[in-house]
Amino acid sequence: MTTRALLLPALAAACLVAIVAACLIGSTPLPADRVLAALVGGADAGDRLVVWQIRLPRAIAAFLVGASLGISGAALQGLLRNPLAEPGVLGVSASASLAATFSLYYGLTAISPWALPVAAITGALAATALIALAAIRTQSVVTLILIGVGLSSFAGAAMSLLMNLAPNPFSLSDMINWMLGSVANRSFTEIGLTAPFFFAGGAILLATRRGLSALTLGEEAASGVGLNLRHQRIFTVLGAGLATGASVALGGAIGFVGIVAPHIVRPFVGYDPARSLMPSALLAGLILVVADIFVRVLPTTNELKLGVVAALIGAPAFAWIAMQRRAVHD
Amino acid sequence: MTELCVTNLSVVRDGASLVSNASFQLQPGELIVALGPNGAGKTSLLRAALALERRSNGTATIDGHDTSQLSPMARAESIAYLPQIRPLAWPNLVRDVVALGRFSHGAALGRLQATDRDAVEKALAACDLEHLADRRTDTLSGGEIARVHCARAFAAGAPLLVADEPVAALDPRHQFRIMELIADYVAGGGGALVVLHDISLAARYASRILWMKEGRIVADGSPADTLTAGRLESVYGVRARVSGLSVEIDGAA
Repeated sequence: MTTRALLLPALAAACLVAIVAACLIGSTPLPADRVLAALVGGADAGDRLVVWQIRLPRAIAAFLVGASLGISGAALQGLLRNPLAEPGVLGVSASASLAATFSLYYGLTAISPWALPVAAITGALAATALIALAAIRTQSVVTLILIGVGLSSFAGAAMSLLMNLAPNPFSLSDMINWMLGSVANRSFTEIGLTAPFFFAGGAILLATRRGLSALTLGEEAASGVGLNLRHQRIFTVLGAGLATGASVALGGAIGFVGIVAPHIVRPFVGYDPARSLMPSALLAGLILVVADIFVRVLPTTNELKLGVVAALIGAPAFAWIAMQRRAVHD
Repeated sequence: MTELCVTNLSVVRDGASLVSNASFQLQPGELIVALGPNGAGKTSLLRAALALERRSNGTATIDGHDTSQLSPMARAESIAYLPQIRPLAWPNLVRDVVALGRFSHGAALGRLQATDRDAVEKALAACDLEHLADRRTDTLSGGEIARVHCARAFAAGAPLLVADEPVAALDPRHQFRIMELIADYVAGGGGALVVLHDISLAARYASRILWMKEGRIVADGSPADTLTAGRLESVYGVRARVSGLSVEIDGAA
Protein backbone atom coordinates (compact mmCIF):
# COMPACT_ATOMS: atom_id res chain seq x y z
CA MET A 1 0.00 0.00 0.00
CA THR A 2 2.77 2.42 0.94
CA THR A 3 4.83 1.55 -2.14
CA ARG A 4 1.76 2.34 -4.24
CA ALA A 5 1.28 5.69 -2.54
CA LEU A 6 4.96 6.57 -2.96
CA LEU A 7 5.25 5.41 -6.57
CA LEU A 8 4.03 8.59 -8.28
CA PRO A 9 5.85 11.15 -6.08
CA ALA A 10 9.07 9.10 -6.30
CA LEU A 11 8.86 8.86 -10.08
CA ALA A 12 8.03 12.55 -10.43
CA ALA A 13 11.00 13.48 -8.25
CA ALA A 14 13.29 11.18 -10.25
CA CYS A 15 12.13 12.80 -13.49
CA LEU A 16 12.86 16.25 -12.12
CA VAL A 17 16.32 15.19 -10.95
CA ALA A 18 17.04 13.59 -14.34
CA ILE A 19 15.99 16.72 -16.23
CA VAL A 20 18.21 18.91 -14.03
CA ALA A 21 21.05 16.40 -14.48
CA ALA A 22 20.53 16.57 -18.24
CA CYS A 23 21.09 20.34 -17.99
CA LEU A 24 24.27 19.85 -15.96
CA ILE A 25 25.88 17.28 -18.23
CA GLY A 26 27.04 17.93 -21.76
CA SER A 27 29.90 18.26 -24.22
CA THR A 28 30.69 21.80 -23.03
CA PRO A 29 31.82 21.53 -19.42
CA LEU A 30 29.70 23.88 -17.35
CA PRO A 31 29.93 23.96 -13.54
CA ALA A 32 26.75 23.19 -11.62
CA ASP A 33 26.45 26.63 -10.02
CA ARG A 34 26.54 28.33 -13.43
CA VAL A 35 23.92 25.94 -14.85
CA LEU A 36 21.63 26.49 -11.88
CA ALA A 37 22.10 30.24 -12.15
CA ALA A 38 21.31 30.05 -15.86
CA LEU A 39 18.19 27.99 -15.14
CA VAL A 40 16.76 30.70 -12.91
CA GLY A 41 17.72 33.44 -15.36
CA GLY A 42 21.08 34.53 -13.97
CA ALA A 43 24.60 33.80 -15.30
CA ASP A 44 25.95 35.19 -18.57
CA ALA A 45 24.27 35.04 -21.95
CA GLY A 46 26.44 32.15 -23.18
CA ASP A 47 25.50 29.91 -20.26
CA ARG A 48 21.84 30.80 -20.63
CA LEU A 49 22.04 29.93 -24.32
CA VAL A 50 23.53 26.49 -23.63
CA VAL A 51 20.99 25.70 -20.92
CA TRP A 52 17.83 27.29 -22.33
CA GLN A 53 18.39 26.74 -26.05
CA ILE A 54 20.16 23.39 -26.09
CA ARG A 55 20.08 21.27 -22.97
CA LEU A 56 16.73 22.04 -21.32
CA PRO A 57 14.58 21.79 -24.47
CA ARG A 58 16.34 18.57 -25.38
CA ALA A 59 15.70 17.06 -21.93
CA ILE A 60 12.06 18.18 -21.95
CA ALA A 61 11.59 16.81 -25.46
CA ALA A 62 13.03 13.46 -24.34
CA PHE A 63 10.69 13.47 -21.35
CA LEU A 64 7.59 14.36 -23.39
CA VAL A 65 8.36 11.77 -26.08
CA GLY A 66 8.94 9.08 -23.45
CA ALA A 67 5.92 10.02 -21.35
CA SER A 68 3.54 9.97 -24.29
CA LEU A 69 4.88 6.61 -25.50
CA GLY A 70 4.60 5.23 -21.97
CA ILE A 71 1.02 6.36 -21.45
CA SER A 72 -0.01 5.26 -24.97
CA GLY A 73 1.61 1.87 -24.47
CA ALA A 74 -0.09 1.36 -21.11
CA ALA A 75 -3.48 2.43 -22.51
CA LEU A 76 -3.21 0.25 -25.64
CA GLN A 77 -2.17 -2.69 -23.48
CA GLY A 78 -5.27 -2.13 -21.36
CA LEU A 79 -7.56 -1.79 -24.36
CA LEU A 80 -6.18 -4.85 -26.17
CA ARG A 81 -5.58 -6.76 -22.91
CA ASN A 82 -2.10 -7.62 -24.03
CA PRO A 83 1.27 -6.64 -22.52
CA LEU A 84 2.95 -6.68 -25.93
CA ALA A 85 0.78 -3.92 -27.40
CA GLU A 86 2.76 -0.74 -27.90
CA PRO A 87 2.81 2.05 -30.50
CA GLY A 88 6.11 0.79 -31.95
CA VAL A 89 5.20 -2.90 -32.07
CA LEU A 90 1.74 -2.20 -33.51
CA GLY A 91 3.14 -0.09 -36.33
CA VAL A 92 1.65 3.17 -35.02
CA SER A 93 5.02 4.91 -34.66
CA ALA A 94 6.18 3.72 -38.07
CA SER A 95 2.97 4.96 -39.71
CA ALA A 96 3.36 8.31 -37.96
CA SER A 97 6.97 8.64 -39.13
CA LEU A 98 5.92 7.70 -42.64
CA ALA A 99 3.33 10.47 -42.63
CA ALA A 100 5.88 12.90 -41.15
CA THR A 101 8.46 11.97 -43.78
CA PHE A 102 5.82 12.36 -46.44
CA SER A 103 5.13 15.92 -45.33
CA LEU A 104 8.89 16.63 -45.38
CA TYR A 105 9.32 15.06 -48.81
CA TYR A 106 6.58 17.10 -50.40
CA GLY A 107 7.68 20.26 -48.65
CA LEU A 108 4.40 20.65 -46.75
CA THR A 109 6.46 21.77 -43.77
CA ALA A 110 7.33 24.95 -45.67
CA ILE A 111 3.64 25.87 -45.88
CA SER A 112 2.91 25.71 -42.17
CA PRO A 113 4.89 24.70 -39.08
CA TRP A 114 1.83 22.67 -38.04
CA ALA A 115 2.07 20.45 -41.14
CA LEU A 116 4.53 18.01 -39.64
CA PRO A 117 2.83 17.41 -36.28
CA VAL A 118 -0.56 17.18 -37.97
CA ALA A 119 0.79 14.69 -40.53
CA ALA A 120 2.44 12.55 -37.85
CA ILE A 121 -0.74 12.55 -35.77
CA THR A 122 -2.90 11.67 -38.77
CA GLY A 123 -0.60 8.73 -39.53
CA ALA A 124 -0.71 7.60 -35.90
CA LEU A 125 -4.50 7.90 -35.68
CA ALA A 126 -5.03 5.96 -38.90
CA ALA A 127 -2.76 3.14 -37.74
CA THR A 128 -4.28 2.99 -34.24
CA ALA A 129 -7.79 2.92 -35.67
CA LEU A 130 -6.81 0.11 -38.03
CA ILE A 131 -5.36 -1.92 -35.16
CA ALA A 132 -8.43 -1.32 -33.00
CA LEU A 133 -10.69 -2.40 -35.89
CA ALA A 134 -8.65 -5.55 -36.31
CA ALA A 135 -8.90 -6.14 -32.56
CA ILE A 136 -12.69 -6.16 -32.80
CA ARG A 137 -12.60 -8.78 -35.52
CA THR A 138 -9.98 -11.06 -34.03
CA GLN A 139 -9.65 -12.19 -30.45
CA SER A 140 -6.18 -13.55 -31.09
CA VAL A 141 -3.31 -11.53 -29.67
CA VAL A 142 -0.90 -13.19 -32.06
CA THR A 143 -2.91 -12.09 -35.10
CA LEU A 144 -2.98 -8.56 -33.78
CA ILE A 145 0.79 -8.40 -33.29
CA LEU A 146 1.25 -9.85 -36.77
CA ILE A 147 -1.00 -7.14 -38.21
CA GLY A 148 1.19 -4.60 -36.40
CA VAL A 149 4.32 -6.20 -37.82
CA GLY A 150 2.77 -6.06 -41.28
CA LEU A 151 1.85 -2.41 -40.79
CA SER A 152 5.36 -1.60 -39.56
CA SER A 153 6.94 -3.38 -42.52
CA PHE A 154 4.69 -1.60 -44.95
CA ALA A 155 5.45 1.80 -43.43
CA GLY A 156 9.15 0.89 -43.47
CA ALA A 157 8.96 -0.11 -47.12
CA ALA A 158 7.17 3.11 -48.04
CA MET A 159 9.86 5.04 -46.15
CA SER A 160 12.55 3.23 -48.12
CA LEU A 161 10.73 4.15 -51.29
CA LEU A 162 10.69 7.81 -50.30
CA MET A 163 14.39 7.63 -49.43
CA ASN A 164 15.06 5.90 -52.72
CA LEU A 165 13.39 8.80 -54.48
CA ALA A 166 14.91 11.47 -52.24
CA PRO A 167 15.95 14.42 -54.42
CA ASN A 168 19.13 15.29 -52.48
CA PRO A 169 21.31 14.10 -49.61
CA PHE A 170 19.84 16.75 -47.29
CA SER A 171 16.32 15.41 -47.44
CA LEU A 172 17.76 11.90 -47.17
CA SER A 173 19.49 12.74 -43.90
CA ASP A 174 16.30 14.45 -42.67
CA MET A 175 14.35 11.28 -43.30
CA ILE A 176 16.94 9.06 -41.63
CA ASN A 177 16.62 11.27 -38.56
CA TRP A 178 12.90 10.52 -38.42
CA MET A 179 13.42 6.83 -38.85
CA LEU A 180 16.09 6.50 -36.21
CA GLY A 181 14.50 8.78 -33.66
CA SER A 182 16.31 11.57 -31.85
CA VAL A 183 15.60 14.59 -29.68
CA ALA A 184 18.85 16.39 -30.59
CA ASN A 185 18.52 20.09 -31.50
CA ARG A 186 14.90 20.39 -30.44
CA SER A 187 13.75 23.88 -29.53
CA PHE A 188 10.94 25.20 -27.41
CA THR A 189 9.21 26.21 -30.65
CA GLU A 190 8.94 22.58 -31.75
CA ILE A 191 7.90 21.55 -28.25
CA GLY A 192 5.23 24.25 -28.32
CA LEU A 193 3.90 23.02 -31.66
CA THR A 194 3.45 19.48 -30.38
CA ALA A 195 2.49 20.28 -26.77
CA PRO A 196 -1.26 20.72 -27.40
CA PHE A 197 -1.41 17.22 -28.90
CA PHE A 198 0.60 15.70 -26.06
CA PHE A 199 -1.72 17.17 -23.50
CA ALA A 200 -4.95 16.47 -25.39
CA GLY A 201 -3.93 12.83 -25.93
CA GLY A 202 -2.81 12.36 -22.35
CA ALA A 203 -5.95 14.04 -20.97
CA ILE A 204 -8.23 11.81 -23.07
CA LEU A 205 -6.41 8.68 -21.93
CA LEU A 206 -6.48 9.71 -18.27
CA ALA A 207 -10.13 10.74 -18.37
CA THR A 208 -11.22 7.39 -19.79
CA ARG A 209 -8.81 5.13 -17.93
CA ARG A 210 -11.47 3.63 -15.62
CA GLY A 211 -12.87 1.62 -18.51
CA LEU A 212 -9.49 -0.03 -19.01
CA SER A 213 -9.83 -1.61 -15.56
CA ALA A 214 -13.22 -3.02 -16.52
CA LEU A 215 -11.73 -4.53 -19.68
CA THR A 216 -9.63 -6.80 -17.47
CA LEU A 217 -12.79 -8.94 -17.29
CA GLY A 218 -12.94 -9.29 -21.08
CA GLU A 219 -15.15 -7.28 -23.42
CA GLU A 220 -18.34 -9.22 -22.73
CA ALA A 221 -18.17 -8.92 -18.97
CA ALA A 222 -16.89 -5.35 -19.21
CA SER A 223 -20.04 -4.30 -21.06
CA GLY A 224 -21.93 -6.32 -18.46
CA VAL A 225 -20.59 -4.14 -15.64
CA GLY A 226 -21.61 -1.02 -17.55
CA LEU A 227 -18.73 -0.13 -19.89
CA ASN A 228 -19.63 1.48 -23.20
CA LEU A 229 -17.20 -0.51 -25.34
CA ARG A 230 -17.55 1.61 -28.45
CA HIS A 231 -16.79 4.84 -26.61
CA GLN A 232 -13.87 3.25 -24.79
CA ARG A 233 -12.32 2.06 -28.06
CA ILE A 234 -12.79 5.43 -29.75
CA PHE A 235 -11.34 7.43 -26.86
CA THR A 236 -8.36 5.16 -26.26
CA VAL A 237 -7.52 5.08 -29.97
CA LEU A 238 -7.90 8.85 -30.18
CA GLY A 239 -5.81 9.52 -27.08
CA ALA A 240 -3.05 7.07 -27.98
CA GLY A 241 -3.02 8.28 -31.58
CA LEU A 242 -2.69 11.94 -30.55
CA ALA A 243 0.01 11.26 -27.97
CA THR A 244 2.02 8.90 -30.19
CA GLY A 245 1.69 11.18 -33.20
CA ALA A 246 2.94 14.12 -31.15
CA SER A 247 5.88 12.09 -29.88
CA VAL A 248 6.85 11.06 -33.42
CA ALA A 249 6.50 14.65 -34.60
CA LEU A 250 8.93 15.72 -31.88
CA GLY A 251 11.37 12.83 -31.74
CA GLY A 252 10.78 10.46 -34.62
CA ALA A 253 10.11 6.76 -34.14
CA ILE A 254 11.40 5.55 -30.80
CA GLY A 255 10.34 2.01 -30.04
CA PHE A 256 9.87 -0.29 -27.08
CA VAL A 257 9.76 2.38 -24.31
CA GLY A 258 5.99 2.00 -24.30
CA ILE A 259 6.32 -1.69 -23.63
CA VAL A 260 9.09 -1.69 -21.05
CA ALA A 261 7.77 1.06 -18.76
CA PRO A 262 4.24 -0.39 -18.21
CA HIS A 263 5.76 -3.83 -17.72
CA ILE A 264 7.93 -2.56 -14.87
CA VAL A 265 5.09 -0.48 -13.37
CA ARG A 266 2.35 -3.13 -13.43
CA PRO A 267 3.28 -5.15 -10.31
CA PHE A 268 3.35 -1.90 -8.28
CA VAL A 269 -0.22 -0.96 -9.21
CA GLY A 270 -1.87 -4.36 -8.69
CA TYR A 271 -1.82 -5.06 -12.45
CA ASP A 272 -4.60 -2.52 -12.95
CA PRO A 273 -4.32 -0.93 -16.42
CA ALA A 274 -5.99 2.29 -15.27
CA ARG A 275 -3.57 2.87 -12.41
CA SER A 276 -0.60 2.02 -14.64
CA LEU A 277 -1.07 5.03 -16.95
CA MET A 278 0.49 7.85 -14.89
CA PRO A 279 3.43 5.85 -13.49
CA SER A 280 4.13 4.40 -16.97
CA ALA A 281 4.20 7.90 -18.45
CA LEU A 282 6.63 9.15 -15.79
CA LEU A 283 8.86 6.08 -15.94
CA ALA A 284 9.04 6.09 -19.75
CA GLY A 285 9.86 9.81 -19.65
CA LEU A 286 12.56 9.14 -17.07
CA ILE A 287 14.02 6.31 -19.16
CA LEU A 288 14.34 8.50 -22.24
CA VAL A 289 15.80 11.48 -20.36
CA VAL A 290 18.45 9.20 -18.82
CA ALA A 291 19.06 7.36 -22.12
CA ASP A 292 19.51 10.70 -23.86
CA ILE A 293 22.10 11.78 -21.28
CA PHE A 294 24.05 8.59 -22.08
CA VAL A 295 23.74 9.21 -25.80
CA ARG A 296 25.26 12.65 -25.29
CA VAL A 297 28.15 11.66 -23.03
CA LEU A 298 29.17 8.47 -24.87
CA PRO A 299 32.43 9.29 -26.63
CA THR A 300 31.36 8.06 -30.07
CA THR A 301 32.42 9.90 -33.23
CA ASN A 302 28.84 10.24 -34.43
CA GLU A 303 26.30 10.85 -31.68
CA LEU A 304 24.12 7.76 -31.26
CA LYS A 305 20.46 8.23 -32.08
CA LEU A 306 18.14 7.89 -29.08
CA GLY A 307 15.80 5.59 -31.00
CA VAL A 308 18.66 3.25 -31.85
CA VAL A 309 19.69 2.97 -28.22
CA ALA A 310 16.08 2.50 -27.11
CA ALA A 311 15.63 -0.33 -29.61
CA LEU A 312 18.93 -1.96 -28.64
CA ILE A 313 17.75 -2.17 -25.04
CA GLY A 314 14.00 -2.50 -25.72
CA ALA A 315 13.92 -5.25 -28.34
CA PRO A 316 15.53 -7.88 -26.09
CA ALA A 317 13.17 -6.76 -23.31
CA PHE A 318 10.24 -7.27 -25.70
CA ALA A 319 11.42 -10.80 -26.50
CA TRP A 320 11.84 -11.52 -22.80
CA ILE A 321 8.33 -10.29 -21.92
CA ALA A 322 6.90 -12.34 -24.79
CA MET A 323 8.62 -15.47 -23.49
CA GLN A 324 7.22 -14.87 -19.99
CA ARG A 325 3.66 -15.00 -21.27
CA ARG A 326 1.74 -18.16 -20.64
CA ALA A 327 0.06 -19.78 -23.60
CA VAL A 328 -3.29 -19.74 -21.72
CA HIS A 329 -3.96 -16.14 -22.63
CA ASP A 330 -4.11 -16.79 -26.35
CA MET B 1 -39.80 -4.02 -7.98
CA THR B 2 -37.43 -4.45 -10.91
CA GLU B 3 -38.66 -6.85 -13.56
CA LEU B 4 -37.06 -8.02 -16.79
CA CYS B 5 -39.78 -8.53 -19.37
CA VAL B 6 -38.83 -10.18 -22.65
CA THR B 7 -41.48 -10.26 -25.38
CA ASN B 8 -41.41 -12.00 -28.77
CA LEU B 9 -37.66 -11.70 -28.97
CA SER B 10 -35.95 -13.01 -32.10
CA VAL B 11 -32.30 -13.04 -33.14
CA VAL B 12 -31.19 -13.73 -36.69
CA ARG B 13 -27.50 -13.77 -37.50
CA ASP B 14 -26.11 -14.32 -41.00
CA GLY B 15 -29.46 -15.67 -42.10
CA ALA B 16 -29.60 -18.26 -39.31
CA SER B 17 -32.39 -17.94 -36.79
CA LEU B 18 -30.81 -18.25 -33.33
CA VAL B 19 -33.79 -17.24 -31.21
CA SER B 20 -37.41 -17.11 -32.37
CA ASN B 21 -40.25 -15.41 -30.60
CA ALA B 22 -39.03 -15.96 -27.08
CA SER B 23 -41.00 -14.43 -24.22
CA PHE B 24 -40.45 -14.67 -20.49
CA GLN B 25 -40.36 -12.55 -17.34
CA LEU B 26 -37.83 -12.48 -14.55
CA GLN B 27 -38.81 -11.08 -11.17
CA PRO B 28 -37.08 -10.78 -7.81
CA GLY B 29 -37.49 -13.93 -5.73
CA GLU B 30 -37.29 -16.19 -8.77
CA LEU B 31 -34.45 -18.46 -9.82
CA ILE B 32 -35.06 -19.31 -13.45
CA VAL B 33 -32.83 -21.91 -15.07
CA ALA B 34 -32.54 -22.02 -18.85
CA LEU B 35 -31.99 -25.56 -20.09
CA GLY B 36 -31.42 -26.81 -23.60
CA PRO B 37 -28.85 -28.54 -25.77
CA ASN B 38 -25.82 -26.77 -27.22
CA GLY B 39 -26.90 -24.31 -29.88
CA ALA B 40 -30.44 -24.00 -28.51
CA GLY B 41 -29.99 -20.23 -28.35
CA LYS B 42 -29.68 -19.78 -24.59
CA THR B 43 -26.69 -17.45 -24.72
CA SER B 44 -28.12 -15.49 -27.66
CA LEU B 45 -31.38 -15.06 -25.75
CA LEU B 46 -29.58 -13.66 -22.70
CA ARG B 47 -27.35 -11.39 -24.75
CA ALA B 48 -30.22 -10.07 -26.86
CA ALA B 49 -32.31 -9.50 -23.72
CA LEU B 50 -29.43 -7.39 -22.32
CA ALA B 51 -29.06 -5.60 -25.68
CA LEU B 52 -25.53 -6.94 -26.08
CA GLU B 53 -26.64 -8.58 -29.30
CA ARG B 54 -28.84 -7.15 -32.06
CA ARG B 55 -32.41 -8.32 -32.08
CA SER B 56 -34.30 -8.79 -35.28
CA ASN B 57 -37.59 -8.52 -33.45
CA GLY B 58 -39.15 -8.16 -30.03
CA THR B 59 -38.52 -6.13 -26.90
CA ALA B 60 -36.78 -6.58 -23.58
CA THR B 61 -37.65 -4.07 -20.89
CA ILE B 62 -36.56 -3.33 -17.36
CA ASP B 63 -39.33 -1.49 -15.53
CA GLY B 64 -40.75 -0.35 -18.85
CA HIS B 65 -37.46 0.90 -20.33
CA ASP B 66 -36.13 -1.09 -23.26
CA THR B 67 -32.64 -2.40 -22.50
CA SER B 68 -31.45 -1.23 -25.92
CA GLN B 69 -32.34 2.35 -24.97
CA LEU B 70 -30.64 2.22 -21.58
CA SER B 71 -27.00 3.23 -21.23
CA PRO B 72 -24.69 0.34 -20.35
CA MET B 73 -24.27 1.90 -16.89
CA ALA B 74 -28.02 2.17 -16.24
CA ARG B 75 -28.58 -1.38 -17.45
CA ALA B 76 -25.77 -2.68 -15.24
CA GLU B 77 -27.37 -1.03 -12.21
CA SER B 78 -30.50 -3.17 -12.73
CA ILE B 79 -28.97 -6.40 -14.01
CA ALA B 80 -25.66 -7.95 -13.10
CA TYR B 81 -24.37 -10.10 -15.95
CA LEU B 82 -22.00 -13.05 -15.61
CA PRO B 83 -20.98 -14.20 -19.07
CA GLN B 84 -19.30 -17.56 -19.64
CA ILE B 85 -16.04 -17.34 -17.75
CA ARG B 86 -13.04 -16.17 -19.74
CA PRO B 87 -9.50 -15.88 -18.41
CA LEU B 88 -8.75 -12.51 -16.85
CA ALA B 89 -6.40 -10.35 -18.88
CA TRP B 90 -4.19 -9.43 -15.91
CA PRO B 91 -3.36 -11.16 -12.62
CA ASN B 92 -5.24 -8.58 -10.52
CA LEU B 93 -5.92 -8.94 -6.83
CA VAL B 94 -9.19 -10.69 -5.96
CA ARG B 95 -10.47 -7.62 -4.12
CA ASP B 96 -9.88 -5.45 -7.21
CA VAL B 97 -11.72 -7.85 -9.52
CA VAL B 98 -14.70 -7.89 -7.16
CA ALA B 99 -14.54 -4.08 -7.03
CA LEU B 100 -14.97 -3.99 -10.82
CA GLY B 101 -18.55 -5.06 -10.11
CA ARG B 102 -19.02 -1.52 -8.77
CA PHE B 103 -18.12 0.02 -12.14
CA SER B 104 -21.67 1.16 -12.81
CA HIS B 105 -21.60 3.03 -9.50
CA GLY B 106 -18.59 5.01 -10.71
CA ALA B 107 -16.02 3.09 -8.69
CA ALA B 108 -12.39 3.50 -9.73
CA LEU B 109 -9.88 0.92 -8.46
CA GLY B 110 -7.68 2.26 -5.72
CA ARG B 111 -10.07 5.15 -5.01
CA LEU B 112 -13.21 3.35 -3.80
CA GLN B 113 -15.92 5.26 -1.94
CA ALA B 114 -17.05 3.93 1.43
CA THR B 115 -20.29 2.48 -0.04
CA ASP B 116 -18.32 0.69 -2.76
CA ARG B 117 -15.86 -0.67 -0.22
CA ASP B 118 -18.73 -1.96 1.94
CA ALA B 119 -20.38 -3.68 -1.02
CA VAL B 120 -17.08 -5.31 -2.00
CA GLU B 121 -16.43 -6.56 1.55
CA LYS B 122 -19.99 -7.95 1.81
CA ALA B 123 -19.67 -9.74 -1.52
CA LEU B 124 -16.28 -11.17 -0.51
CA ALA B 125 -17.80 -12.44 2.73
CA ALA B 126 -20.89 -13.87 1.00
CA CYS B 127 -18.71 -15.86 -1.39
CA ASP B 128 -16.29 -16.97 1.32
CA LEU B 129 -13.38 -15.13 -0.27
CA GLU B 130 -12.16 -13.00 2.62
CA HIS B 131 -9.04 -15.11 3.13
CA LEU B 132 -8.24 -14.84 -0.60
CA ALA B 133 -8.98 -11.12 -0.96
CA ASP B 134 -5.35 -10.08 -1.31
CA ARG B 135 -4.28 -12.96 -3.52
CA ARG B 136 -3.58 -12.60 -7.24
CA THR B 137 -6.23 -14.23 -9.42
CA ASP B 138 -3.62 -16.26 -11.33
CA THR B 139 -2.91 -18.19 -8.13
CA LEU B 140 -6.51 -19.37 -7.70
CA SER B 141 -8.19 -22.63 -8.71
CA GLY B 142 -11.09 -22.77 -11.18
CA GLY B 143 -13.62 -23.06 -8.37
CA GLU B 144 -12.18 -20.06 -6.56
CA ILE B 145 -12.19 -18.01 -9.78
CA ALA B 146 -15.87 -18.89 -10.30
CA ARG B 147 -16.59 -17.59 -6.79
CA VAL B 148 -14.65 -14.38 -7.53
CA HIS B 149 -16.87 -13.79 -10.56
CA CYS B 150 -20.00 -14.42 -8.47
CA ALA B 151 -18.76 -11.97 -5.85
CA ARG B 152 -18.08 -9.46 -8.61
CA ALA B 153 -21.69 -9.80 -9.81
CA PHE B 154 -23.13 -9.59 -6.27
CA ALA B 155 -21.02 -6.52 -5.45
CA ALA B 156 -22.97 -4.58 -8.06
CA GLY B 157 -25.98 -4.74 -5.75
CA ALA B 158 -28.28 -5.11 -8.76
CA PRO B 159 -31.77 -6.51 -8.18
CA LEU B 160 -31.42 -9.01 -11.04
CA LEU B 161 -28.67 -11.41 -12.10
CA VAL B 162 -28.15 -13.15 -15.42
CA ALA B 163 -25.50 -15.88 -15.38
CA ASP B 164 -24.36 -17.91 -18.37
CA GLU B 165 -23.09 -21.34 -17.29
CA PRO B 166 -21.61 -20.16 -13.98
CA VAL B 167 -20.78 -23.76 -12.99
CA ALA B 168 -19.21 -24.90 -16.25
CA ALA B 169 -16.05 -26.97 -15.72
CA LEU B 170 -16.46 -27.06 -11.92
CA ASP B 171 -16.38 -30.17 -9.74
CA PRO B 172 -19.70 -31.22 -8.10
CA ARG B 173 -18.88 -29.61 -4.78
CA HIS B 174 -18.11 -26.27 -6.40
CA GLN B 175 -21.20 -26.54 -8.59
CA PHE B 176 -23.28 -26.79 -5.42
CA ARG B 177 -21.41 -23.95 -3.75
CA ILE B 178 -22.01 -21.61 -6.68
CA MET B 179 -25.69 -22.58 -6.91
CA GLU B 180 -26.05 -22.08 -3.13
CA LEU B 181 -24.60 -18.57 -3.52
CA ILE B 182 -27.10 -17.77 -6.26
CA ALA B 183 -29.94 -19.32 -4.22
CA ASP B 184 -28.93 -17.13 -1.24
CA TYR B 185 -28.96 -14.10 -3.52
CA VAL B 186 -32.51 -14.99 -4.60
CA ALA B 187 -33.59 -15.66 -1.00
CA GLY B 188 -32.25 -12.19 -0.19
CA GLY B 189 -34.66 -10.62 -2.68
CA GLY B 190 -32.79 -10.92 -5.97
CA GLY B 191 -33.99 -12.51 -9.18
CA ALA B 192 -31.70 -14.77 -11.19
CA LEU B 193 -31.69 -16.29 -14.65
CA VAL B 194 -29.05 -19.00 -14.92
CA VAL B 195 -28.01 -21.14 -17.87
CA LEU B 196 -27.09 -24.68 -16.80
CA HIS B 197 -26.28 -27.97 -18.47
CA ASP B 198 -26.88 -30.11 -15.41
CA ILE B 199 -30.52 -31.19 -15.27
CA SER B 200 -30.37 -32.46 -11.69
CA LEU B 201 -28.85 -29.19 -10.51
CA ALA B 202 -31.59 -27.29 -12.36
CA ALA B 203 -34.31 -29.49 -10.81
CA ARG B 204 -32.88 -28.89 -7.37
CA TYR B 205 -32.50 -25.11 -7.48
CA ALA B 206 -34.87 -23.71 -10.11
CA SER B 207 -38.16 -22.14 -9.23
CA ARG B 208 -38.87 -22.22 -12.96
CA ILE B 209 -37.20 -23.87 -15.92
CA LEU B 210 -37.10 -22.35 -19.40
CA TRP B 211 -36.73 -25.27 -21.79
CA MET B 212 -35.13 -24.19 -25.04
CA LYS B 213 -34.78 -26.04 -28.31
CA GLU B 214 -33.74 -24.71 -31.70
CA GLY B 215 -34.13 -21.09 -30.62
CA ARG B 216 -37.59 -21.48 -29.12
CA ILE B 217 -38.78 -21.64 -25.55
CA VAL B 218 -40.72 -24.89 -25.69
CA ALA B 219 -41.81 -24.93 -22.05
CA ASP B 220 -41.68 -22.58 -19.06
CA GLY B 221 -42.73 -23.78 -15.64
CA SER B 222 -41.74 -25.27 -12.31
CA PRO B 223 -39.48 -28.34 -12.35
CA ALA B 224 -42.34 -30.39 -10.88
CA ASP B 225 -44.60 -29.46 -13.80
CA THR B 226 -42.17 -29.48 -16.72
CA LEU B 227 -39.48 -32.03 -15.91
CA THR B 228 -40.68 -35.25 -17.59
CA ALA B 229 -39.06 -38.09 -19.48
CA GLY B 230 -40.92 -36.99 -22.58
CA ARG B 231 -39.53 -33.44 -22.28
CA LEU B 232 -35.96 -34.69 -21.90
CA GLU B 233 -36.38 -36.83 -24.99
CA SER B 234 -37.88 -34.05 -27.11
CA VAL B 235 -35.45 -31.32 -25.93
CA TYR B 236 -32.19 -33.23 -25.46
CA GLY B 237 -32.80 -36.40 -27.44
CA VAL B 238 -32.01 -38.67 -24.48
CA ARG B 239 -33.80 -41.60 -22.86
CA ALA B 240 -34.34 -40.81 -19.20
CA ARG B 241 -36.25 -41.90 -16.15
CA VAL B 242 -37.70 -39.17 -13.98
CA SER B 243 -39.13 -39.69 -10.54
CA GLY B 244 -40.07 -36.50 -8.74
CA LEU B 245 -37.04 -34.23 -9.15
CA SER B 246 -34.47 -36.98 -9.61
CA VAL B 247 -33.32 -37.75 -13.09
CA GLU B 248 -31.58 -40.82 -14.44
CA ILE B 249 -30.32 -40.55 -18.01
CA ASP B 250 -29.91 -43.92 -19.73
CA GLY B 251 -28.50 -42.84 -23.09
CA ALA B 252 -29.16 -41.16 -26.39
CA ALA B 253 -32.68 -41.69 -27.68
